[in-house]
Amino acid sequence: MNFVSTALFMLISFLLQSTLLSRFTIGGIRPNLLLIVVATVGLLLGRRYGMVSGFIAGLFVDIFFGSIIGIYALLYMYVGYVNGICRKVLFPGDFKLPLVLIVGSDVLYCHFCYLIMFLLKGDFSYPYYLSKIIFPEVIYTTLVAILYFPLMKFVFDRIRKREEEAEETIA
Amino acid sequence: MSPLVKRKREKYTLPNRYVLLILTIVCVILMILSFSTNILSVPLNTISGYALVPMQKGLTAVGTSLIGRAEKLKTLEQVMEENEKLKKELDAISEENTILQQDKYELTKLRELYELDDEYSEYDKVGARIIARDTGNWYSGFVIDKGSNDGIAVNCNVIAGSGLVGRVTDVGPNYAKVISIISDNTNTSGMILSTGDNLIVTGSLKLMERGVIEYSQLSDEDDQVGIGDKVVTSNISDKYLKGILIGYIETVNTDSNNMTKSGTLMPVVDFKHLDDVLVIKDLKNVP
Repeated sequence: MNFVSTALFMLISFLLQSTLLSRFTIGGIRPNLLLIVVATVGLLLGRRYGMVSGFIAGLFVDIFFGSIIGIYALLYMYVGYVNGICRKVLFPGDFKLPLVLIVGSDVLYCHFCYLIMFLLKGDFSYPYYLSKIIFPEVIYTTLVAILYFPLMKFVFDRIRKREEEAEETIA
Repeated sequence: MSPLVKRKREKYTLPNRYVLLILTIVCVILMILSFSTNILSVPLNTISGYALVPMQKGLTAVGTSLIGRAEKLKTLEQVMEENEKLKKELDAISEENTILQQDKYELTKLRELYELDDEYSEYDKVGARIIARDTGNWYSGFVIDKGSNDGIAVNCNVIAGSGLVGRVTDVGPNYAKVISIISDNTNTSGMILSTGDNLIVTGSLKLMERGVIEYSQLSDEDDQVGIGDKVVTSNISDKYLKGILIGYIETVNTDSNNMTKSGTLMPVVDFKHLDDVLVIKDLKNVP
């Protein structure tokens, strides 16, 4: 069940991000829905789910929009894995820490994007990219994550509860 | 969870860090393969083309119609006012049109005389709709809903309205990836239409916000190039057909070497509101 709902969340997010969200940009910037999903899957279901879903999500982005296949897969995979490690420090009912972790993931993700794709080709105008691309994206992503994370948590909680009930009846 | 089930599961799972290591190696191999060869693109494109493109098409259609409807309501009143005005204008224009018709007749005759051909309209074109855009905020590529089944190949030129949008970088059976000329680090060889001087047009993320693109390497020793000059794709470009309009010169600055000039130009295509594009099926034949 977890597998199916993770796949569904990823598929929907990827499709939304590549189609509809490009019409709801703020100042030409759109939120990073896929990152929210990958980080949340890591936070709620652990390292294994986090990294595999990150790998697949990144691969989709690479195939459709990247010039070199594997870069985004690598980035998203580590986002999922690191958030999976952080699952241990979460309390069940707490929403602030997961949000901080998701936002932190986005900040790191953006910096790695800049590092790999711009700094390495000799583009040193970091303040510009920070203020015009990274900062708006993080803010927008945070706003979306405030809505998206509880939704995903609700779905995964329901699934877990149902599975526990099913196991109890078997036992 | 009963201990029996747990033991069974543990038996089959690889530790997470090994999975991470394996996937990392897979990523690196994929990067090397896609950087140096072209093996990956065909199978991956076919699979993703049939799996995701239909859904993207549908969602884009929904989005376009939603936005379209909202805008329709908003502009209905404006349109009615405009209609009145336009009716009056139409009378004036239809008169003008007859004069232009005569001119056109003359023009075609003269063209025949000089054996010049309007190459632009001679290209075999196919219309396509943008169905997906780059998910990140760093590049501005997009995916269109026509592919190799419709005769599109890699390096086909993409235009919209009267100007150059970009070129096809990758093609699947029913979709094609397009990189736009304003995308960061994309170079296009262009020339000033009036003087024939060559220049390099470079996309830049920084200038994208202002809606302009950079150009450089313009050698204009006689200072003939001025603001508003037309820039078209050059005849020495190996990917772009010659004579497609890119934009108009906005600023001209002399470089510190005092030999070349650089500056910004205003593209004719409105990249922010791009929905439909035309793909030229003819490829530039470079020996």
